[in-house]
Amino acid sequence: MSAPSYNFAYLDEQTKRMIRRAILKAIAVPGYQVPFASREMPMPYGWGTGGVQITASIIGPKDVLKVIDQGSDDTTNAVSIRAFFAKVASVAVTTRTREADIIQTRHRIPETPLAEGQIIVFQVPIPEPLRFLEPRETETRLMHALEDYGPMHIKLYEDIARHGHIATTYAYPVRVAGRYLMDPSPTPKFDNPKMHISPALQLFGAGREKRIYAIPPNTEVVSLDFEDHPFEVQRFDRTCALCGAAGVYLDEVLTDDKGARMFVCSDTDHCECRQAAPRLAEGA
Amino acid sequence: MRRAAPRPRFSGFDDPVFDAQMTFRAVMNATANPGRVEELSLLPDMPSRLAASLAAAALALIDHDTPVFLDRSFASDPDIAASLSFHTGCGFVEDPSCAAFALIGHPAECPAFSSFAQGTLEYPDRSATLFLQVEKLDNEAGLRLRGPGISDSRHLAAAPLPASLAEELAANRERFPQGVDLLLFNGSRLAALPRSTRVEG
Repeated sequence: MSAPSYNFAYLDEQTKRMIRRAILKAIAVPGYQVPFASREMPMPYGWGTGGVQITASIIGPKDVLKVIDQGSDDTTNAVSIRAFFAKVASVAVTTRTREADIIQTRHRIPETPLAEGQIIVFQVPIPEPLRFLEPRETETRLMHALEDYGPMHIKLYEDIARHGHIATTYAYPVRVAGRYLMDPSPTPKFDNPKMHISPALQLFGAGREKRIYAIPPNTEVVSLDFEDHPFEVQRFDRTCALCGAAGVYLDEVLTDDKGARMFVCSDTDHCECRQAAPRLAEGA
Repeated sequence: MRRAAPRPRFSGFDDPVFDAQMTFRAVMNATANPGRVEELSLLPDMPSRLAASLAAAALALIDHDTPVFLDRSFASDPDIAASLSFHTGCGFVEDPSCAAFALIGHPAECPAFSSFAQGTLEYPDRSATLFLQVEKLDNEAGLRLRGPGISDSRHLAAAPLPASLAEELAANRERFPQGVDLLLFNGSRLAALPRSTRVEG
């Protein structure tokens, strides 16, 4: 007899069924936060326990998994979650966006456009976009029920009154399919347009807050704005110092203690692919 | 004298873990792409009155947390309740409004969609999922679907369906975000009509 071991993908089957049912309801009501009985995972809250539980519930032995943290495949969070699934589900893992069936992400959407059939799983710290405006869950539930989203517009207006422009740069609120106000997780607003009419299924998991929500493929995702202050993404007046990419999200990296710095792609896979194929890079 | 435990007459999934996972992914893909017909390759051993895809989805999603409603045609075959109960541990309810899943073998006589749990405005997820077993299911011309998960529009042909389906579905969409979600099954195939989908013609 073999020694006792974990079930495939760590979670027990009853937990997976409960999460799977929540995912189906989340897809049926795009942008609505479905409560679920979040389990304790062998990693602390804030490390992506919501995303990990979704991935564990959907993944199969033939899937190829990619995990990114702020666009990077090689930071602690990404490496440890990738190793977790390689161990408990024996799945193939990759850093290549194109090769992945499931991409678990913390706060970025890859620069390489996602394809039909791919699933992107977001780790979400605070799923309720209205939470900082209204701390009571009973009230935010009611606000969603009544589509009472005026306070969010007021918050954005206050940005304009104070700073002259909408100063919200990440977790920028969106309306999904013309109905629910949704927090896109703390992705930079640079990535909001990638959620709109995406060919990939987008799933969001918040472990500590015990919520799952979803955006089906080909679904309208509109960032809130005003006629005279239309939604805009961050622009960078330079290109990646490593691969020369323009029009991508850049990270600022300090290189010494005298103030020298460089700007590089936050999406490490995108950057590596471009460095490996410099001729393609010139065309981009 | 010890007697051997009775063996179930229907053995369900060959591999409960991996077969349930593959079935769920097909149901999830169907729900994310409303109207698109998905094909299941791993099918369980369940009473033959149940379409194989319906039986697989039931085994993958139902458990002791989800009360099940059986319509008259499924309830008339005692093997169905017995095998579902054996493999999932589910309980059965007579009142459609108490069911998390409703298994409908004769969709033409399906109780009104509004008689099932609709969820509340605050918690629209507390609503029923209806499994309808149909004799025809493909992407030929039929219902014209629009909405989240559909690029432009998609066709779905299914029969038999309730005579008042168009009105029922329109009313279901009208109640959004409340409402029921439909899964349609035929042989090894399935398709979904979640409440977010608008149905024309």
